[in-house]
Amino acid sequence: MATIDVPEQVSVLADAEALRKACKGWGTDEKAIISVLGHRNAVQRKQIRLAYEDLYQEDLIKRLESELSGDFEKAVYRWVLDPADRDAVLANVAIKKLSPDHHVIVEISCTRSPEELLAVRRAYQARYKHSLEEDVAAHTKGDTRKLLVSLVSAFRYDGEEINTRVANSEAKILHEAVKDKEFNHEEIIRILSTRSKMQLMATFNRYRDDHGTTITKNLEGDSGDEFLKTLRATIRCLNDPKKYFEKVLRNSIRRVGTDEDALTRVIVTRAEKDLKDIKELYYKRNSVSLDQAVAKDTSGDYKALLLTLLGKED
Amino acid sequence: MALPVDIEALDKAFSGIGVDEKSLISILTNSNEEHKKSLRKGSSKLFIEDAKGFERSDQSSIKILKHQFKRFRDAVMLSVLHPWERDARLIEKAIRKGPKHYNVIVEMACTRSSDQLLGARKAYHSLFHHSIEEHLVTHIKGRERKLLVALVSAYRFDGPGVNEDVAKSEAQILYEAINNGEKNKLLDHEDAIMILATRSKQHLQALYQHYNQSYDKTLAQDLEGEGILKDTVECLCTPQTYFTRVLEAAVKEDADEESKRALTRVIVTQKEQLVKEGFIPNKIQDILLGLYKDFMLASIASGDIK
Repeated sequence: MATIDVPEQVSVLADAEALRKACKGWGTDEKAIISVLGHRNAVQRKQIRLAYEDLYQEDLIKRLESELSGDFEKAVYRWVLDPADRDAVLANVAIKKLSPDHHVIVEISCTRSPEELLAVRRAYQARYKHSLEEDVAAHTKGDTRKLLVSLVSAFRYDGEEINTRVANSEAKILHEAVKDKEFNHEEIIRILSTRSKMQLMATFNRYRDDHGTTITKNLEGDSGDEFLKTLRATIRCLNDPKKYFEKVLRNSIRRVGTDEDALTRVIVTRAEKDLKDIKELYYKRNSVSLDQAVAKDTSGDYKALLLTLLGKED
Repeated sequence: MALPVDIEALDKAFSGIGVDEKSLISILTNSNEEHKKSLRKGSSKLFIEDAKGFERSDQSSIKILKHQFKRFRDAVMLSVLHPWERDARLIEKAIRKGPKHYNVIVEMACTRSSDQLLGARKAYHSLFHHSIEEHLVTHIKGRERKLLVALVSAYRFDGPGVNEDVAKSEAQILYEAINNGEKNKLLDHEDAIMILATRSKQHLQALYQHYNQSYDKTLAQDLEGEGILKDTVECLCTPQTYFTRVLEAAVKEDADEESKRALTRVIVTQKEQLVKEGFIPNKIQDILLGLYKDFMLASIASGDIK
């Protein structure tokens, strides 16, 4: 369930005007920006951008970029973008890092629906004049590259049908691969990147039933092995995305010095999806609410925006 | 008694691609039993002398005739289906039929636009309740699988702005893969597959030019005999060469049924392209017959109708 709190009636014109007012003159009224944008869903935010452009002949996003700074600016920027466009930006940022953030690519390709991933690929092309898979291929290597390119290129069947025979045989294949630690990478990549999500869950369940532990537990190991790390992230995202996101949040806050990038990314991308469920998982795991943890670890306007997206009442 | 010219006409009605319906109507409806008997006796292809004293149909020849009658129907179906469904069904059939048909998969993946290929993938979900990738990995165990999955999964950028330096260096990568390694290992060459499956067509066409300039032969020439690898490069870089090759193979003397079917597929699905390339049906029209011929020629003639 989503966490953002959107009012019943919304006037995008009034919103555009309010944002203009917040940006004009001395200093910026960040509270006003948060109180408008923090309470609008993707469709409304898009309409506000259009209304703003109509009224003031400038791109709201460019205006916000110039008025704001730091983590707050990054968060607002990502929040205001269209979800597909946002994912394209996140993917590009992840790819272009000196040491690419493979797990972000995994996140985007495995936790979005097949149609959403297609939209991301389109948005990526429109923005960067390359295909997503081309850029991933150019910036990664080896088996990690094979896995990531396959994942971003996948257009999974989104039906409910499960073939138990296939689940059985592929659970076996995965177990063989894991046991040998030689990891027949081809087969693992093939299974993980072509099967439907329902089919994969059946396979993972079968694995757990047959061997007493989950496949991710069996993959624990050398954290230096980049392929292994990426593989684990892949299976976690496919098997239980909410649990995966809870872990990312937990790690991002726990660090000495919060990992704002990860914190922003998860909150912004899940606020309209399943952040509520993730919050519940977080509380169960950590005995403190996500709101409290975020409040403790962040400050200023950045904190205010995150808490708003988490559903805090103004 | 049937005149030799009638016997010849009957043979001729079946000796092409398609069936000369008009000729058959005129011969057969004007034949009484005597006449038909001599037609049967005179036709070496369709009838054989049975030991019990009658002209028996040669079932294997009749079976082949079935294909000829089907051509018009197939042309109609290909023509009327939504392109997404059409391409999805062509791919599914090719997967089922085996290695000799993999070029059809390459054709679908590489000669369609990115959005058309996406559409075919969506249609495939609806029609067959699996993704194309899933069916490819289930039914294809050979080494072509990697390349085919990669090609079918592509959503290539379509636009200008090729980085010539990258195109040149990737031409070199392909050159080295072909000439230094073992050619038949190419299907396992990760970098080569990445280049062919992820780069835009504009980029690959620039790469093709660089290859030609740097090595005095074309990439296609260097891949002679390499089956779907050559098909892939041609479909992406010089599609008119690929389609011309397919059409010419269809009308050869000894063309098999699959090659002939390709004629329908190419003309129906590529008619706009063919017209743009200035394709003149001279070479093929002589061998076409009947309604099928009318359909094919009319398709090409109307090819520039939007």
